[in-house]
Amino acid sequence: MDLSAINPILLLASLMVAATPIILAAVGELVVERAGVLNLGVEGMMITGAVCGFIVAVNTGSPLLGFIGAAIGGAVLSMLFGFLTQFLLSNQVATGLALTLFGLGLSALMGQSYIGIKAPEFPDWHIPVLGDIPVIGPIVFQHDPMVYVGLAIVVAVWAFLKFSRAGLILRAVGENHEAAHALGYHVIRVRMLAIMFGGACAGLGGAYLSLVRVPQWTEGMTAGAGWIALAIVVFASWKPMRLLLGAYLFGGVTVLQLNLQAAGMAIPVEYLSMSPYLATIAVLVIMRAGRAPGSLGQSFHASR
Amino acid sequence: MLMLEKRPQPSKAWTLAAPLLAVVLTMICGGLLFAALGKAPVETIRTIFFDPLFSEFAWFYRPQLLIKGAPLALIAIGLSFGFRAGIWNIGAEGQYIVGAICGAAVGLAFYPTESFLIFPLMVIAGILGGVVWAMIPGILKVKFGTNEILVSLMLVYVAEQLLASMALGTLRNPEGMGFPGSRNLAKYDSASSWISENAGMHWGVVAAFIAVIFAYVILSRHQFGFNVRLAGQSPRAARFAGVNPKLLVLVCMGISGGLAGAAGLFEVAGPAGQISIDFNVGYGFTAIIVAFLGRLHPIGILLAAGLMALTYIGGEIAQSNLGLPGAAIQLMQGMLLFFLLMVDVLTNYRLRFGKGATV
Repeated sequence: MDLSAINPILLLASLMVAATPIILAAVGELVVERAGVLNLGVEGMMITGAVCGFIVAVNTGSPLLGFIGAAIGGAVLSMLFGFLTQFLLSNQVATGLALTLFGLGLSALMGQSYIGIKAPEFPDWHIPVLGDIPVIGPIVFQHDPMVYVGLAIVVAVWAFLKFSRAGLILRAVGENHEAAHALGYHVIRVRMLAIMFGGACAGLGGAYLSLVRVPQWTEGMTAGAGWIALAIVVFASWKPMRLLLGAYLFGGVTVLQLNLQAAGMAIPVEYLSMSPYLATIAVLVIMRAGRAPGSLGQSFHASR
Repeated sequence: MLMLEKRPQPSKAWTLAAPLLAVVLTMICGGLLFAALGKAPVETIRTIFFDPLFSEFAWFYRPQLLIKGAPLALIAIGLSFGFRAGIWNIGAEGQYIVGAICGAAVGLAFYPTESFLIFPLMVIAGILGGVVWAMIPGILKVKFGTNEILVSLMLVYVAEQLLASMALGTLRNPEGMGFPGSRNLAKYDSASSWISENAGMHWGVVAAFIAVIFAYVILSRHQFGFNVRLAGQSPRAARFAGVNPKLLVLVCMGISGGLAGAAGLFEVAGPAGQISIDFNVGYGFTAIIVAFLGRLHPIGILLAAGLMALTYIGGEIAQSNLGLPGAAIQLMQGMLLFFLLMVDVLTNYRLRFGKGATV
């Protein structure tokens, strides 16, 4: 084994890339859960976003349009979940699972003729001044634009939940939907919007995998990333900024094990590949979750 | 305007009718999907749902129904206990894999000795493997309050890697010329789970029927079954009735893990034959659909497992005869669960028309 082959700067830089799909999917789910809805279909929305984004990007040649397509794809799929859970009052756990199974099948069907094609690349861009700083430059400021879009969304969500009136309403709906309803807020409308935002973010996260990280389409390519995103929301105690910590921790483990595989460590490859999932479990155990939103996972039915 | 009004009690008629309506809706939507894919919709639906049972080659497909249905029924029966009590073990796929690995390992350890004791030992190992794998999320939930959904699911991915490592390393056939995969257990008499290969009968089919009967008795006649149902409907009432919620979590996880592990063992020692990288085909996830479609009721699960097995077999026929993509079947199975959840609103709510209906 040759540990010196691992370049710490490259390692930290690829950590940010590895964490981005998780950040995108998790921040969307965080908003959904803060509105009191538990959507376990993140994996299904992510993979649908991955295939939608890939198809749009290949056909238009523009990764940007691909990401937009992925967000729309994810949001449309999430509306199916929203319709069932909010209007037909179905069980959220079961419906989320159904969404994942459905999304996996749907994406496999849609992506059939796109296997083995390479995705169009983002045009090279360079952030002036910041990108030229030694050490920090390559780690933080030499990535594709979506890395920063992900971070921007996290900051925006944080500000939205903390400072805006709409964010306050969203939190009220999530904490106690009966009270929010009594105050005259439209519980279902708020939740539908949150669910769609979650779907769009999950779609973006999926597209980041198929367009930037891999960049190819393969069946089942999200490989549990959506579930890890769900775990990270719990880890973050439903707080946007802590979400970054969780995602980078996860990204770190992923990147480190890939590097160790490449460096030819004595542990078999399969055991190294387990480590991100084991790390997620360990994190769930060690970090006692904070208080979940009060109405999380409960259906709301106003008429009585 | 259309309004929903909560029924004082779930409608019995709709409880039975909802799965049937969901199947019909799935057939209609599936037909539209097939038409969109450029296949003749009616012919494709007929190929999937009727040909395996009634065509001239049905004698060949009917045994397959038992082979595909048995693991689905076995896993779904186990899941139904937890689902009723609000304990969501969705990592049955992982428990299925680990059960198969443990059971196969015991069988391979005895190779080439012949003894009638080997197969029972394998079954025990398979069950224990599944139980241990399911106990991880169970104990973590009880001790640390971690979410069993996420942990059990993470362990599926861990189990898949473990399976790869076993197929490529520890359990690889030493006479297999370096190819991945273990010795063929189905061809090793003492370890084979086949009773009659031509009839599709193996011990997993027998176990599935026994599980259905046991589950039926336990749920309808036994104190434990009552506790499970009570905990699902009202956790607070269950606590006053003296139900230990932690014990309930462990027992429900144990039952589902054990049955999933057993299903894995019967599969690896019979229809699959060997531990290989692509041994698992998603039965653990499809069983979730089976459990819901069967209304978490043992008899219902048996019927639902038969129906899902039918879509697997019919899907394969449609794939080879009509060129239907395999993913379309997977999509249709997901659609079925969606429609079921959608129709289920009628079980718990009444539809009312007009504005003043819900005052």
